Amino acid sequence: MLLIDCPYCGERPEPEFAYGGQAHVARPARPAEASDEAWADYLYFRRNTRGLHAERWRHIRGCGRFFNALRDTRTDHFLGTYKIGAPPPPLADT
Amino acid sequence: MQPFSGLALLLRALQGQRSWQPQWRKAQPRPAYDALIVGGGGHGLGAAYYLAREHGMHHVAVLEKGWIGGGNTGRNTTIIRSNYLFPESAALYDHALKFWQDLAQALNYNVMFSPRGVMMLAHTVHDAQVFKRHVHANRAAGVDNEWLTPQQAKAFCPPLNIGDIRYPVLGAALQRRGGTARHDAVAWGYARAADALGVDIIENCEVTGVLRAADGRVEGVRTTRGEIRAPRVGVAAAGHTSVIMQMAGVKVPLESYPLQALVSEPVKPVFPCVVMSNTIHAYISQSDKGELVIGAGTDAYTSYTQRGGLHITSHALEAICELFPMFRRLRMLRSWGGIVDVTPDRSPIIAKTPVPGLYVNCGWGTGGFKATPGSAHVFAWTIARDEPHPLNAPFTLERFRDGALIDEAAAAAVAH
Repeated sequence: MLLIDCPYCGERPEPEFAYGGQAHVARPARPAEASDEAWADYLYFRRNTRGLHAERWRHIRGCGRFFNALRDTRTDHFLGTYKIGAPPPPLADT
Repeated sequence: MQPFSGLALLLRALQGQRSWQPQWRKAQPRPAYDALIVGGGGHGLGAAYYLAREHGMHHVAVLEKGWIGGGNTGRNTTIIRSNYLFPESAALYDHALKFWQDLAQALNYNVMFSPRGVMMLAHTVHDAQVFKRHVHANRAAGVDNEWLTPQQAKAFCPPLNIGDIRYPVLGAALQRRGGTARHDAVAWGYARAADALGVDIIENCEVTGVLRAADGRVEGVRTTRGEIRAPRVGVAAAGHTSVIMQMAGVKVPLESYPLQALVSEPVKPVFPCVVMSNTIHAYISQSDKGELVIGAGTDAYTSYTQRGGLHITSHALEAICELFPMFRRLRMLRSWGGIVDVTPDRSPIIAKTPVPGLYVNCGWGTGGFKATPGSAHVFAWTIARDEPHPLNAPFTLERFRDGALIDEAAAAAVAH
């Protein structure tokens, strides 16, 4: 079980959280003009990084808020968490 | 290859069973092959076997970064069934199920296929409606699947507790042709049969790069044991497919999650079939050694660690204890995790890629073992002919762009 450091509440056990997948996935600004490839990219294609992964979590059984985390998917070690809207750390493969 | 038979066993018994040879060679990589398979699990070894057996390609190597069958082939709960909802899926999985029925004879290797029946429990009105829809769709597609009342389910599997639980059993879908097989034997049987046809099985050989010609074609791979050239490369690397495909510059719609399983201490034969409960998330059967083989759900997050959270396995055990109160005092012996590659529609990808000469067989998610022989067969066809077999033609990489999903995820209506 992971221990996750919610930026609002502090360290809590994993069952309090919901995973939200890869962070910083931007919806195409003009969906009607997006090509099929760009739209499929947005909907279905994730980096599935083996290494440092920027990802969303939600403290669903706590404060309810979304935040981002940087985790190494080879070890499940968290390097840190940061608030939504903050830029991804330079280490992240985004 | 030394054939296995009762007579061979008897004759070699006279020599104290000391005259058996290793079942496959410890092959050293040669500089070039006609085709390479990346990934020495059942799907990859099987593909190499069918390339040699059915397509006359004997200069083939299987590259495995660890030991063969050490990935998801050796980490699953060995359940075999084909009662999927959509015609494309049911046809593909039933293709595999037909191979299972005489695989032991075809490979001269006892894969211990045991069609003891797979029963999927319905616990809610929604479950019951979905499973009945599956039953009717399967019957229309010529795949056996039948609806059981709770009493019929209990008659088929007497240890089952149908009433006194939080989510009572409202019925079940039963596929009698489904069952289990011995997962290690599948890898070893394909390896031995492929080796006998000239295929090199190269273990401890991790692919670190994909070689491309100036025109973009695949030329081979770079490995921890040097460069190996081949005009065709088939990737069957399960949870690590994304990593290999990234080396070739190909994006795949996969996410890799840990999936855990565990076995109990061995007990006498007490459990006659396979029972799955998607809603309260537990899978159980009894191995021929007597261990109860129990499958849990995936962890919530993507990972490559081959381990998961204890709360996931304990959740599965709570469900098992509710459904089968007689197992409450059993102790668990071992637990482990595998990394499963999950697609957005929970259907596999067996296809050509945008890179000429590069083929991929991935996205089997939590249910790839059952498909092993059928998947290997159509993958070999795709590699040898540079075009898909009719059965895997719908399972392209482009379906995500074109919107032609085979949405078993929605059909199952549970978290996978």
